Amino acid sequence: MDLETLLQVLDSTIRLATPLLLACLAGLFSERAGIFDIGLEGKMLAAAFFSGAVAYTTGTVWLGLLAGIAASLTLSGIHGLASITFRGNQLISGVAINFLASGMTVVIAEDWFRQGGRTPSLVGDARFKPIELPLSGIDIPLIGPIYTDLISGHTILVYLALLLVPASWWLLYRTRFGLRLRAVGENPAAVDTAGINVTGLRFAAVGICGVLCGIAGAYLATALQAGFVKEMSAGRGFIALAALIFAKWRPWHALVACLLFGLLQALSLRPDVVTAMTSFDVPVQLLDALPYILTVVILAGFVGKAIPPRAGGEPYVKEQ
Amino acid sequence: MTAVENQGQPSSAAPAIELKGISKAFGPVQANKDISIRVMPGTVHGIIGENGAGKSTLMSILFGFYKADAGEIFINGNLTQIPDSQAAISAGIGMVFQHFKLVQNFTVLENVILGTEDGAMLRTSLSKARTELERLSEEYELHVDPDELIEELSVGHQQRVEILKALYRKAEILILDEPTGVLTPAEADHLFRILDNLRAEGKTIILITHKLREIMHITDTVSVMRRGEMTATVKTAETSPEELAELMVGRKVLLRVDKAPAKPGKPILEVSNLQVTDEDGVKRLKGIDLHVRAGEILGIAGVSGNGQSALLHVLGGVTQATGEVKINGTPLPLTGPKANGRTRREAGISHVPEDRHREGLILEFSAWENMAFGYHHDPAYQSGLLMNNKAIREDTVKKMELFDVRPPIPTISAKSFSGGNQQKLVLAREIERDPDLLLVGQPTRGVDIGAIEFIHQQLIELRDSGKAILLVSVELDEIMSLSDRIAVMFDGKIMGERLPSETNETELGLLMAGMSGEAA
Repeated sequence: MDLETLLQVLDSTIRLATPLLLACLAGLFSERAGIFDIGLEGKMLAAAFFSGAVAYTTGTVWLGLLAGIAASLTLSGIHGLASITFRGNQLISGVAINFLASGMTVVIAEDWFRQGGRTPSLVGDARFKPIELPLSGIDIPLIGPIYTDLISGHTILVYLALLLVPASWWLLYRTRFGLRLRAVGENPAAVDTAGINVTGLRFAAVGICGVLCGIAGAYLATALQAGFVKEMSAGRGFIALAALIFAKWRPWHALVACLLFGLLQALSLRPDVVTAMTSFDVPVQLLDALPYILTVVILAGFVGKAIPPRAGGEPYVKEQ
Repeated sequence: MTAVENQGQPSSAAPAIELKGISKAFGPVQANKDISIRVMPGTVHGIIGENGAGKSTLMSILFGFYKADAGEIFINGNLTQIPDSQAAISAGIGMVFQHFKLVQNFTVLENVILGTEDGAMLRTSLSKARTELERLSEEYELHVDPDELIEELSVGHQQRVEILKALYRKAEILILDEPTGVLTPAEADHLFRILDNLRAEGKTIILITHKLREIMHITDTVSVMRRGEMTATVKTAETSPEELAELMVGRKVLLRVDKAPAKPGKPILEVSNLQVTDEDGVKRLKGIDLHVRAGEILGIAGVSGNGQSALLHVLGGVTQATGEVKINGTPLPLTGPKANGRTRREAGISHVPEDRHREGLILEFSAWENMAFGYHHDPAYQSGLLMNNKAIREDTVKKMELFDVRPPIPTISAKSFSGGNQQKLVLAREIERDPDLLLVGQPTRGVDIGAIEFIHQQLIELRDSGKAILLVSVELDEIMSLSDRIAVMFDGKIMGERLPSETNETELGLLMAGMSGEAA
């Protein structure tokens, strides 16, 4: 495989890993605070639709992004209300959000745009454009092409997602907020008796989760592709959950896990590369299925013992 | 009955805590009725009472968990509102809960600063806390490694972290809820030394416990609660355990167990080289050898979690094991489908499990349904293909009356009975089957003093009728007073066997902590 092909595959790995990474970090904040969120998928989907719709209508991608975040935050609010305030079952609430988003997006899209449940294609300023970093095109062997083709030339959301990894780590492990957030996912009673508001802390975490899912969804519709199509999140929310378990709820590991899934998705787009590398005629269907197979393997617990936050999934009830 | 105020301290200083007329109801249940109490600064004040007497409710009100329906709280003479824990902490109150409120995968340092960090960044808080922690551990003998994870610490050390947390928050008043329940005797002694140091520094300590011995040992003043009311407050030096027990229960209680010397007969249970490995691959039993003879009680002492549960589970047919167990000379199956509770019962073993809520009863089910569990194959309970519910109910009433279960109504659900009556239900079910061997775990855990007396008498009667009893308890007092022989378990092994008349708590405590018998 030549350098150009390799760079192409890696470049698409980064692009495909970005929504996974954003959703994975979203889940990380929520689950670290003790709120399981299988509704990542639904939030991404709703955000993808509303960002696409608003970007198309206004012609401004930034308004689209805001709309996506708002949609995702609304669903987060519902999840928070159900699972924190009313102490409902977090899995059921998450499933409900997935169904809601799946049905709602198509129905509204059909009503607004009459294009069979999709938004019209986004053009011009309604879409995030690649950013050419300074010095790209520089003529140094090896480093030049890597810088120009791999590092430069992504949309702002890709760089944002990558920056969010150290930022999340710093927030979780170096700040007061992070200490409390991790504590509330492990033992909310300890947080409560320390005089901290458990409910407020958990809503903050769910809110962060909503914002990140919103960005992830907006990325799908306005950066990775040009417009919303039905079910375009395509299980990425669940893959992100698998990556989160694989990463054992740690930000840097989440980056590695998401890049792995991104690579598998990138390879499924380039069956020719796989065939050349393995000298096998690998069926495209198998390549397409690989990320999902890995998800199942991870969720089945074949990657070693992953201990979730101890209070995860449990509504906090003050004992007497 | 009206509350008796503490007149004991003729001091000009204001009380550290004064509660006036505190009342709190949960629905129809009046948990606290017009409670008034004064706790003087620099003293250890004990609060004693049976389960459900309202001690924990009272302390939860003081720590801002509940809001009292009526009444006032004065801290150092000032009327203070305590709407939440934050307010309690600011008022200088620290609480060490019975179940620690620690984050298991955080370090000691992180747990200490949680909720009282200086500023949004952790770095400065952590270094400040480290210095402060060093000072506090020196001052009060509260040594713990600040960088150790909580899950790596022993229970005794975790408790020290809880105390450090309170002191780091500048607590002047420390409330400890049943602090010795999970400690070895040596750890408990260390705790009392710490409390002595704290008192000497002028801190005020409230000690909630049901152990009379601790009250007599450490407190200056003691208040007794019964059914939500404060029935008396007395100076510890002027009272006796017998008087306190009577105040708690409302009638005279026999604290000592009266029993004749055992007349042991032939061996009923013989265990050799018993080994158990659990699902996580941890060896729970590492080769147990013991025997129990007819007409004797073998007490298994030990800190909880050292294999006693595994031993009961194997003998009761709950888990599988390797080794050899004989009952009346016949080997029992330890693996395979035959190793179950039913074959054990048929072999003459009855089992009163350690955790009556999880293993002894189904709380949602009625008393009579619970009475049939494990014995539902009994022909007397059958009528053709169906269960003879009427027969079971009649049998239940009979057994409830024999064991003084109150109220003796078979149709109410198990969860509606008090802890003591639930335990008596389980004992009635198992003892009335006339077993050759009774396995009994924690017979009086969460049981009030009156019922403890009754349960102990039943066990002694069973022994005197020539049955073998294997008793597992974390209460050393109980082991000492009931057992004819005592075996101490530590880390899945028997550390040694002693006669109650020839040993003492210190020696047993050392064995329980894993020191060999020679060192003791």
